[in-house]
Amino acid sequence: MAELTYREAVRDALSRAMRADEDVFIMGEDIAEMGGSMGVTQGMLDEFGPERVRNTPISEIAIVGTGIGAAMQGMRPVVEIMYQDFLTLSMEQLVNQAAKHRTMSGGQLKVPLTIRTQGGAGWSPGAQHAQQLEAWFVHVPGLKVAYPSTPEDVRGLLWSSIYDDNPVIFFEHRLLYPLKGEVPDELQPIPFGQARVMREGSDVTVIAIGRMVPEALQAAEQAKEEGISVEVIDPRTLLPLDEQTILDSVRKTTRCVTAHEAVTRGGFGAELAAVVQAGAFDYLDAPIERVGAKFAPLAFAPAMEQWAVPHAADVLEAVKRTMARA
Amino acid sequence: MAKVERKPRAEGGLSEDELRDLFREMLLIRRFEEKVEERFRAGELPGFLHVAIGQEAVATGVCAALERDDTIMSTHRAHGHALAKGTHPNAIMAELYGKLEGCSHGYGGSMHLYDLEHGMLGANAVVGGGLPQVTGTALAYRFRKQERVAVAFFGDGATNTGTFHESLNLAQLWKVPALFVLEMNGWAESTPLRQHAPIEDFSRRAVAFGMRSIDVDGQNVEAVYEATREAREHAVGGEGPVFLNVRTYRLVGHYIGDPQVYREKSEIEELRETKDPIELLRARLELSEEDFEQLDTEVTTIVDESVEFAKAGTDPKPEDALKYVYA
Repeated sequence: MAELTYREAVRDALSRAMRADEDVFIMGEDIAEMGGSMGVTQGMLDEFGPERVRNTPISEIAIVGTGIGAAMQGMRPVVEIMYQDFLTLSMEQLVNQAAKHRTMSGGQLKVPLTIRTQGGAGWSPGAQHAQQLEAWFVHVPGLKVAYPSTPEDVRGLLWSSIYDDNPVIFFEHRLLYPLKGEVPDELQPIPFGQARVMREGSDVTVIAIGRMVPEALQAAEQAKEEGISVEVIDPRTLLPLDEQTILDSVRKTTRCVTAHEAVTRGGFGAELAAVVQAGAFDYLDAPIERVGAKFAPLAFAPAMEQWAVPHAADVLEAVKRTMARA
Repeated sequence: MAKVERKPRAEGGLSEDELRDLFREMLLIRRFEEKVEERFRAGELPGFLHVAIGQEAVATGVCAALERDDTIMSTHRAHGHALAKGTHPNAIMAELYGKLEGCSHGYGGSMHLYDLEHGMLGANAVVGGGLPQVTGTALAYRFRKQERVAVAFFGDGATNTGTFHESLNLAQLWKVPALFVLEMNGWAESTPLRQHAPIEDFSRRAVAFGMRSIDVDGQNVEAVYEATREAREHAVGGEGPVFLNVRTYRLVGHYIGDPQVYREKSEIEELRETKDPIELLRARLELSEEDFEQLDTEVTTIVDESVEFAKAGTDPKPEDALKYVYA
């Protein structure tokens, strides 16, 4: 086992894929000399050269569309969109084009494209550099959506994304980049649609994604001190979703909390709640609690920002609410 | 079943015989689209349809100048492009009837014609939507050092989209082997040029990116062919993409059934008399009435057979709607 940061784990997956396969290349804004705004691709220009580590203009719709075109020819491009807020500029190509070519062509075309992007609150970026938009993409048939939370998962899932024959929107969280974790010496691809039970417990299931996974684990530790046993599940991929692991857990614990940094309304937690009520209604001892950001564009001042987005304390409170109903 | 014979492209200029073949191709496209219009009005075709009557010389001239491995992406007005690139009329007609035998197996329809075998990478129903993908396709050809070009067809309406500007900028920046074929018919759906753009000469938009631009008379198939050959040579030679600024005329409405309240009837009549590319080429070739009738009968038979083929096609199973969501 080796120890890598989440950032290094992303870079490791990209570099290994590019060493193994000349059909893989990366492009995005500031990814070459600068190594990306988050430093993820640092050093890759030196190893792979400017043809395969392509700096692009600030031109999101063209970058994504160009990735689609190259993918249609069987290449496996990885496009970096610097902040997921800027996915909005490329939505037409993602939603109308990448997601639909295979169906519209009656199965003739494949689009093996990976879109890496990141974001998240916690450093006062303001309203246009911190949104969590993963739920939007789960609504689009033809796309896949991954949102890993640990170095091991981000590496194994990025590899699987690159080698998936479908377009994948791959979410990373800014605050996770420096986190360290054990990874196997050899990269082990992680299949889509397999959740990870991050911590076992018997009273409440918390289904958390992205930054809220470490927050939920912290909340579980605090709950333990109060005699509450919390199970934490990270779905890792939102589309496809491993419903079975989630339902098995809720049938065992009889209570469920969902947690993400995105605003609660219309968030992925709503989909999780629907899955749980449909598959485990008779087991539930309390209404499903949803934890997410308050419904507002993110304010700049640290005090407002911290108040608006959820933390471990919010998860703990939600856990306690489900226990109070028993 | 009648086959449409396709010859390899000619070296240099076009001979009389080759020109005659292109005439036949243009006439096939015309008769095909007239039949599509007739069958749509008869209520046989679902959805809605756009024909390109008047623009046949562009599709025919461009595709005749391409090599078999070259690829095209098209627009909502795509029947002619697909036919000219080599898709069989039966496969297109069956698609319009929503049959499994269609070129997109009933999943696409008129605005989403695909035929990978013949290098048709998709008609696109979002104006400007295919342009960056043509840049990306051409990038893949460059990566793989293939002597191929990727071709985008689009209209003047698309030149006002952000996608157009971003795609051309990137294509020129990276000098990818792409051809951007502007079919300038002067209309963005029902909105005339004077209401949708502050300039008339769209080559200026390409030149602004440092891209080479060639002005082409789109009613003259020879001119379209020659310009495309020249552009192709430039692009595969590694010198970057080329913009073909093609002036053409849409002799019909935006969609089938469009009452065209936005233009005078006399304008359409005048254009039909002076700008019909088929009439112009017929005069250039000095075709006798007999020769014309013979060609017309040939292509009309092919079109009629495509309707029979389509009507006899297989309806998809409803639940197959989910078959190709993921690869």
